[in-house]
Amino acid sequence: MASYNTNEFKNGLKIMLDGDPCSITENILVKPGKGQAFNRVKVKNLKTGRTLERTFKTTESVEAADVEDINVEFLYTDGEHWHFMEPETFEQHAADSVAVGDASKWIKGQESCVMTLWNGAPLSITPPNFVELSVTQTDPGLKGDTAQGGSKPAMLETGTEVKVPLFIDEGDVLKIDTRTGEYVSRA
Amino acid sequence: MPAMSESWRPAASREILQLRARMLKDVRAFFDQRGVLEVETPLLSSSCTTDPNINSFSTRYQYQGLYLNTSPEYCMKRLLAAHGDPIYQICKSFRDDELGPNHNPEFTMLEWYRPGFDMFELMEELGDLVQMLASNYKLNSSIINKMSFAEAYHQATGINPYATSAEECLSCALKYGIEQPAGLEDDIDEWLNWLLIQLVMPTFQTDGFTFIYDYPQSQAALAKLYKNQDDFTVAARFELFYGEIELANGFNELLDASEQRHRFEHENIQRVGAGLPPSIIDENLLKALEHGLPACSGVALGLDRLLMLLSGADKLEQILAFPFSRI
Repeated sequence: MASYNTNEFKNGLKIMLDGDPCSITENILVKPGKGQAFNRVKVKNLKTGRTLERTFKTTESVEAADVEDINVEFLYTDGEHWHFMEPETFEQHAADSVAVGDASKWIKGQESCVMTLWNGAPLSITPPNFVELSVTQTDPGLKGDTAQGGSKPAMLETGTEVKVPLFIDEGDVLKIDTRTGEYVSRA
Repeated sequence: MPAMSESWRPAASREILQLRARMLKDVRAFFDQRGVLEVETPLLSSSCTTDPNINSFSTRYQYQGLYLNTSPEYCMKRLLAAHGDPIYQICKSFRDDELGPNHNPEFTMLEWYRPGFDMFELMEELGDLVQMLASNYKLNSSIINKMSFAEAYHQATGINPYATSAEECLSCALKYGIEQPAGLEDDIDEWLNWLLIQLVMPTFQTDGFTFIYDYPQSQAALAKLYKNQDDFTVAARFELFYGEIELANGFNELLDASEQRHRFEHENIQRVGAGLPPSIIDENLLKALEHGLPACSGVALGLDRLLMLLSGADKLEQILAFPFSRI
């Protein structure tokens, strides 16, 4: 079983904590003077997305998580699984809704995504930072209507609702920031 | 504006470089006035520290294995044994595996020795030095607090650190809801260090200096042991903090060569227990102690950390021309 010593800790290192794969996001040496040193790390639980803090006595070793990121293209969903393909090898991977998570709100097909594999199985999907999606339904904007802060809801072709400016019409293609879920501009 | 983030550029500003030059000048003037001689000792050494919590860099000359010094202590003590003069040194020291907001693997150390001084007299002198620097620069407060290790510990935790156990430390951690780091088991010094970090240091005045003295005898390092007024055997060792940043560590120096050898050997046993290679013991230091070291106190001060405070920076990399990430 592979393991890492605390002196190998760095951002992005994947370790096992409480049975879940985690990624180190911050690693701080705590050693005020003489005496035992500690590593205070922040990690992101790659299953739940939650961030937690943990301290290790320096010289401890921690089990490595068999996690890797691969580039994939989204093909289609059959309702139960989302199917992705590695563009170079044409190898396909099917991810369930837990692994796809919020990425399902933004992908309609052919987007380049990052798939995180844990022990070879899909753990999570990261969509592109920006996607372009067309509006399938929105109320016509009224001129001078600023009562709602100048925005209105619009339904995208993926079935996701976003806030858009009043001048957006049905059929418009919008650029969306998937990290915030916000409208950026017309594409 | 030039992009400070370009990796060839210095991380520290021109003002910081000027501030460092001024600080070094002021430090030298301070010791010159007091008749303390500036010395230089080698950075290369054929032996290395036995301290299980300090890792030395190793290198070589042709086929001879060598280490970079982790502090200039041993060579300075050989000078003291030979000549007995009060001496100081400003030099680079090197420690492997130490990198963080307050750590850079190579750093500038000011170390000095005062024959005839006890621990408290040296604390006075160190206090004078940092107060002089604080008043010359941007540091808001130069208040100095002094507490024994036991006072600081008792106030913060209720524990008597000279007579406690791993069990008591554990129940203290549970009582205050402190995390128990992975790997921390029944080693009392590791526990004392952890509770110091989590509970005691946060009670130090955030904008002032704090001296802690009379360390538990198991943390004596190279300090003499003595009986304090409560009849506990303690180490004549002190540390200086500003807020929670450790700046200096000093000893009323151990003079006894056989006790020193015993401590080195004991630390080597600890190293092996922790899976580290045993260190080569510095026989020249032990010979110097056998010859006779004058009764003295010595202290090492991290000048980079002091400069960080004097300049109002909050990370070491902001005040180093080229921190580790840019070498």
